[in-house]
Amino acid sequence: MSAFLNNLLIRNARLLDPLAGTDSVGDLAIRDGLIVSVDSGPFEETFDAAGRWLIPGIVDLCARMREPGATQKGTMRSETHAALASGITAVCLPPDTSPVIDNTAMVNRVNRIAKKAAGAYVHMLGALTKGLGGEALAEISALKAAGCVGVSNGLNPVASPLVARRALEYAASLGMTVHVVPLDAALANHGCAHEGAIATRLGLAAIPVAAEALAMRQWISLVEDTGARVHFGRLSSARAVELLASAKRLGLPVTADVAAHQLFMTDADLEGFNAMAHVIPPLRAASDRDALRAAVGSGLIDAICSDHQPHELDAKTNPLPQTEPGISALETLLPLSLRLVEAGLLTPLSLAARLAGSPAQILGLSQGGFALGARADLCLIDPTEEWRLDGRNMLSAGRNTPFIGETFSGRAIRVWRG
Amino acid sequence: MTHPLQLTPDGRLRHLLTVEGLSRPLLTDILDQAERYAGQPSSNRGSRGLKVPLLHGKTVVNLFFEASTRTRMTFELAAKRLSADVLNLQIAASSTSKGETLLDTLKTMEAMQVDMFVIRHEASGAAHFFAQHAAPEVAILNAGDGRHAHPTQALLDVFTIRRHRPDFENLTVAIVGDILHSRVARSDIHALRILGAKEIRVVGPRTLIPAGIEAMGVTVHNDIDSGLADADVVILLRLQKERMVGAFLPSTGEFHRDFGLTKARLAKLKPEVLVMHPGPINRGVEIEGDVAYGERSLILEQVEHGIAVRMAVMGMILGDQGDAA
Repeated sequence: MSAFLNNLLIRNARLLDPLAGTDSVGDLAIRDGLIVSVDSGPFEETFDAAGRWLIPGIVDLCARMREPGATQKGTMRSETHAALASGITAVCLPPDTSPVIDNTAMVNRVNRIAKKAAGAYVHMLGALTKGLGGEALAEISALKAAGCVGVSNGLNPVASPLVARRALEYAASLGMTVHVVPLDAALANHGCAHEGAIATRLGLAAIPVAAEALAMRQWISLVEDTGARVHFGRLSSARAVELLASAKRLGLPVTADVAAHQLFMTDADLEGFNAMAHVIPPLRAASDRDALRAAVGSGLIDAICSDHQPHELDAKTNPLPQTEPGISALETLLPLSLRLVEAGLLTPLSLAARLAGSPAQILGLSQGGFALGARADLCLIDPTEEWRLDGRNMLSAGRNTPFIGETFSGRAIRVWRG
Repeated sequence: MTHPLQLTPDGRLRHLLTVEGLSRPLLTDILDQAERYAGQPSSNRGSRGLKVPLLHGKTVVNLFFEASTRTRMTFELAAKRLSADVLNLQIAASSTSKGETLLDTLKTMEAMQVDMFVIRHEASGAAHFFAQHAAPEVAILNAGDGRHAHPTQALLDVFTIRRHRPDFENLTVAIVGDILHSRVARSDIHALRILGAKEIRVVGPRTLIPAGIEAMGVTVHNDIDSGLADADVVILLRLQKERMVGAFLPSTGEFHRDFGLTKARLAKLKPEVLVMHPGPINRGVEIEGDVAYGERSLILEQVEHGIAVRMAVMGMILGDQGDAA
């Protein structure tokens, strides 16, 4: 399914280049892992794409590989290969591995494990604070030098607005983007469901929308003050979409992503205490889902990510509040996103932008398009192939997904990693 | 939302996990069965001395992950009066954290040929979890899961109401206090709706009323006087002392001042009003001591009916059909 080739000519593909903004049928050539001119032949091999869609390899802004630290849930090998087979040629790892990625030795260690796994390329966010403790700054300059593409405190809170402000200033002076999951920990209060009629009826501890809005307002205020670049990850509410829109209207340097499952599920999926729908940030109301979909359609939300969190069976085998949150989502990121094209929310070109072009830019990677000399990470999509998600066929070690048994139209049928 | 999990394909009780989704005929059937065990309303004899061979040879395990005295006792009495063998297991949360998962606990007990588990657990959805994983021949009876449901309490509450006021369609019922954390409130609301109560109110400060509860078919009152006006039934909930932590309330004193059922408040209500409480009561907090055992109070009747209702449910789930009482 995936291939590493010295040189190859892909013929007759629908080339979707989100950086150039072009959508045209043509040929594309690869030599030594880079995109080269089709006139620079001869090529060892020719591949006929038969008009199917070729997009730059998907860059997943948030995927946990579980190694190091939780290999009962997944390994670098299992997860990076699940990614690659799903058209995701690069993943961005949050720093909340065990141990935490807050020093160069850990960056090097993860890089070694990833290289050995030889699946999707693994980028890393370094910890914003030491041990993700929220108090003292991590050595962000050293993390940058070691190759981190941004910094983040994951889902761990930062101790105070003062620490947050200084962290933004410090990161900004290094040109590092700060990735934030806006969720105020005090308001979230260990809840497991969106605050509303369904959580109330089921008796589930609730997370109000204000937990997200308050955090987002605070970070936006600090961006106003510092000019630091902030990426908001995993938005869940209509209120967050409004705040993002107002920040972008002001010209603030902010971007955002949403997890694919947020575009298709709501808190109603918790009915019957369905632990597969237990995610953080929580699935919210239908009106929130619709606002997120509209924002993905318009491009206000820049990127769609998997928020991949594979789990062993035991982690989801408990009463819902005592299960671990998260979905094994690599293998449904592209198929779910293709449903947005089918629904008319995205064009094939804007699909390529949300999955590849924009996330590559957010991470500052020189990929995400078909420019000559760019890394030849490529994903060929058959947008019509009907298939059914069967847990037994999943490549991820985690089978924890609410989409098992669902039929999808379209998926990655061929992937090249440069 | 129905819960087919707790029903057999032909609509009989297989487990009892929640009142939500029970049909009115099935709920009424449970109450009617309970009448057979409860004795005459005036006799004050109840089910005392009653011994029915319905569950002879069956094993019921009370599996309590949360401390409980009265609920566990009434389940034990109910099972014994139906001639079942009863085991009580109080499992501290710490022992499951030793490494045995909930599922391990369930499977271990199942291997001992248990017919029914009566389960109380701190997590909402625990009873559903057990029912989903239980062997086909094992029944689950929810004795309280987190904030979600306490179905036998709700059944005994409506059983008690029905004995005094069978005309549910004329009744205004006020549920007062900590609605947010209360599985009793949620189950009572379902039961009262199914039986067609005219109006159900929840009464308490905003901090103790969960968002969107109106969708369950109730009206919200943050003021006790409007909440109790013209009420036919007042159900008071126990206020846990730990609610003072976490800024839900400043003090039990202030709660009593604003939401406690005092003699003075009672005097303003309809003379035939029914006062109920699932127990154990906090005197001087949600209820004034004199009111708790006053002439309008049904609190002790509730306890007694708890046995009859639990006998009915156990009999309907485990007993041979048509054989009951």
